[in-house]
Amino acid sequence: MSEAPAPRRAGLWLWVPLAVFAGFFVLVMTGLLAPADREVASAMIGKPLPQFDLRPAVPGRPGVSTAQLADGKPRLLNVFASWCIPCIAEAPQLEALARQGVEIDGIAIRDRTQDVERFLDANGNPYQRIGADDLSQVQMSIGSSGVPETFVIDGKGIIRHQHIGDIRAEDVPKLIEKLREAGQ
Amino acid sequence: MIAEIGLACLWMAGALALLQLVTGALALTSKGVGLAGIVRPVAVAQGLLCGLAFVCLIALFLRTDLSVKLIATNSHSLKPFIYKLAGTWGNHEGSMLLWVTVMALAGAFIALVERRLRNDTMLATLAGQAFVSIGFYAFLLLSSNPFERLAVPPPEGNGLNPLLQDIGLAFHPPTLYLGYVGLSIAFSFAIGALVTSDVGPAFARAMRPWVLGAWLFLTIGITAGSYWAYYELGWGGWWFWDPVENASLMPWLAATALIHSSSVLATRNALRAWTVMLAVVAFSMSMIGTFLVRSGILTSVHAFAVDPERGSFILALLAIYIGGALVLFAIRARTITEGARFALTSRESALVVNNVMLSAILGIVLLGTLYPLLTEAFGEKVSVGPPYFDPVGAIFFIPMLLVMAVGPLLHWRNDRLGRITGKIAIPALLIGAVLLGLALFAPSLFTPSFKLLPFIGMGLAVGLAVASVMPLIGRNLRRTPLPTWGMVVAHLGIAVSLFGVATDSAFATEKLVASRIGESHTVGPWSITLKNVEPVAGPNWTSLEATMAASYDGGTATTIHPQARNYTSPPTVTSESALLTRWNGQLYAVLGEEADDGRWQLRLWWKPFVPMIWYGGLLIGLGGLLSLIGRVARDMKRSRAEEKIADRRERQGR
Amino acid sequence: MNTSKLLKAKHQRLILLVIALVVLTGAGLLAAWALRSQASYFYVPSDIQADPPEIGVAVRLGGIVEKGSLQTAPDGVTIDFVVEDGKARTPVRFSGITPALFVEGSGVVAEGRLADGGVFIADNLLAKHDEKYVPREMADMTKARDAMAQTQ
Repeated sequence: MSEAPAPRRAGLWLWVPLAVFAGFFVLVMTGLLAPADREVASAMIGKPLPQFDLRPAVPGRPGVSTAQLADGKPRLLNVFASWCIPCIAEAPQLEALARQGVEIDGIAIRDRTQDVERFLDANGNPYQRIGADDLSQVQMSIGSSGVPETFVIDGKGIIRHQHIGDIRAEDVPKLIEKLREAGQ
Repeated sequence: MIAEIGLACLWMAGALALLQLVTGALALTSKGVGLAGIVRPVAVAQGLLCGLAFVCLIALFLRTDLSVKLIATNSHSLKPFIYKLAGTWGNHEGSMLLWVTVMALAGAFIALVERRLRNDTMLATLAGQAFVSIGFYAFLLLSSNPFERLAVPPPEGNGLNPLLQDIGLAFHPPTLYLGYVGLSIAFSFAIGALVTSDVGPAFARAMRPWVLGAWLFLTIGITAGSYWAYYELGWGGWWFWDPVENASLMPWLAATALIHSSSVLATRNALRAWTVMLAVVAFSMSMIGTFLVRSGILTSVHAFAVDPERGSFILALLAIYIGGALVLFAIRARTITEGARFALTSRESALVVNNVMLSAILGIVLLGTLYPLLTEAFGEKVSVGPPYFDPVGAIFFIPMLLVMAVGPLLHWRNDRLGRITGKIAIPALLIGAVLLGLALFAPSLFTPSFKLLPFIGMGLAVGLAVASVMPLIGRNLRRTPLPTWGMVVAHLGIAVSLFGVATDSAFATEKLVASRIGESHTVGPWSITLKNVEPVAGPNWTSLEATMAASYDGGTATTIHPQARNYTSPPTVTSESALLTRWNGQLYAVLGEEADDGRWQLRLWWKPFVPMIWYGGLLIGLGGLLSLIGRVARDMKRSRAEEKIADRRERQGR
Repeated sequence: MNTSKLLKAKHQRLILLVIALVVLTGAGLLAAWALRSQASYFYVPSDIQADPPEIGVAVRLGGIVEKGSLQTAPDGVTIDFVVEDGKARTPVRFSGITPALFVEGSGVVAEGRLADGGVFIADNLLAKHDEKYVPREMADMTKARDAMAQTQ
């Protein structure tokens, strides 16, 4: 006597695991696609810089303060750290911007003087001023949540643009454009 | 140079995987039979090349070759040797390469050693293994290249996360990966068996040692990870139901069910479709777990900081592999006829209960892990923790444990409970006695709130410990097969672990205090005096180290040194807790900050019997090891006997 | 041998299937019910003000630690501080060793429950573990940063 084949109803149940997996897949897809942009943009764009006064991060360059940043000339404010790898990647672009006459001030977060000096020796120093922000307090107050980030500040000390991440070669023209707009 | 060699080996291994898939699949057709001879050697070569690529990455880390982006981002020249080595897999790309390497080496190992399967099933299995590998090779080579170079090498590396600079954690990932990825073998076996409709005791006997091996590593890996979290994080807890922890627990639950169900299939030729299904589910859980922790869709305190783009790649791989395997199952499982029958009271039934309960717990953990994702789709943000996992899991765990006490004593196929009442009576009475004793002498369990689960847990643990050795009673111990010893030891391990968990939950006491130098404090039976706090420096850190004298029940004092440690690159603060272990528990001391008035924050715990949790885990692993050795020895004996018989036949000209 | 207790093969398979489905569905339903009641919801101070959670239910509170609000109690291990998000403020009390990156002005996620009187009792404080790690729940805390800027 041949064994009875599995009842046809059981056949339908064989597809249940696949259905469950499909459900999981859909759920997870929406989770992935939904917050595609995990960059935290600053709400500070269009707002004036908060008041701060940072001590010099290295000898040879003055510290950074709000008063100096509102001296009538638009500039870039670059948040970096000696332990930040993408900051190395954007060093040539900062250098290029500095050579074009752009004024760049830097904020070094959670760093030590000797490490910042080493970083600048190795990667060049495009900064007019560098402030030491040991606890990231100023960084957070201007709406930055990571390194590197670069802000376009106009002559009156108002934040006009935020660039998140390292500056690539193709970003340079855009920054220059933003600086020009800030100057008007 | 080394980086280029590594990358080249990786490409070649990927190409060989493709070759393995194509020739394996073709060799199953009537036209391609001639190709069959190539498949095994290709699998071995693939494993060796991939292994070589991994060795290259290790070499780059050991030399701190800062021109390679991965080393620059994750290592530092000041790091001690052992942590440079561990840095190889302490990051996304390196651990992905480890994943692929273990998979390739596992495939090579099967190709070399496995002779028990039918030839066509073997080919289908190797083709399946290659099929899964290819996706991960593609992921590595196209999206997570570990050998990528930097145009300008930085002067110094970014440093490994100091939380990972620890011996326990250094070797935790490779152990876990041997487990996770080892389950891919079971997956491939299942695919092979579905393709060739070869699901029977031979299939189960062939697959079982591989599953045991992978499960063994998972057990050790999870135990080690839990102990690491316990002493490194400084919170006194040892399991947080964090998505990363759950990602390792879910494959373990599936693998445990698989070991038990393949035992039924091997011995009694029953639960055939179910066992194949579980083999697919186990590795699917590994892949899902990997996806969850690397895609960034779940918030976890120790997930890799990765991005959704990579997550989408892995998700696509999941859809192809898990979806594909499940489709294959749905189509081919019809050809798997029903297995042998068994009665309601039988060992098979007990194992069915075990499997169903484990699956239920697996589902519960999976749902709890994914729930935050579901609610977020509706705009609500939640987190799921012990208040959900503990009680809901217990609802299925407790019945499973009760059956675990009885199951090993039942005969296969058909039995009566009456036959074993004598043997069950002892553990049952013990449980009752313990619960009664606790009710009478441990009022702290009942006020201010009833600690139900720890209460039940302690009683169950004692009963289970005795029940687990019951199968040995009345046997000639020297002639008891090793797998039986393995079962006894593993079940005993569960009882021991449960005891540790329950007593710690029930009776742990804590003291949180701001102490002046010279002050004494009591916690449980201990008296602790803070002698001094002074700065101390290490190879890549500085810290404040407290010197405390701890004396148990008025005895001689032992000195302990908890630290609050500062790492420089990247800047991080960790707490190095001080542990003092006795036979009946652990003293756990953590140093906090100094207040303005010179007092130091101290957090002290007395945790009775807490090390049992991890001793139990090791016992479970030991049980698995004994079982594995026993099975492999038996198989080798059998194959040698078969060879002798075949030899004799030849010589006799038959 | 007594074979009458053994079922016919196809019945056995059906019964096993039914048992498995019943248990697994039961587990699923139980899980769903438990998740709804035991999952810990995430609140910012504005949420606490507008729609507070039940007293004693485990929830999480996220925001920025208000500058100047951090005070240590005489016992040396309990701290009181205020969590704010630019619109509302919630007082918090925590007994324990604070995590390393916990300073005034920084982001924090507190696990605990709301007590009588509107104070949030925290059992656990979570801080960042990675310089680029911003908990997803706090990604829309632009209002918090706004508020911080105004207090400068």
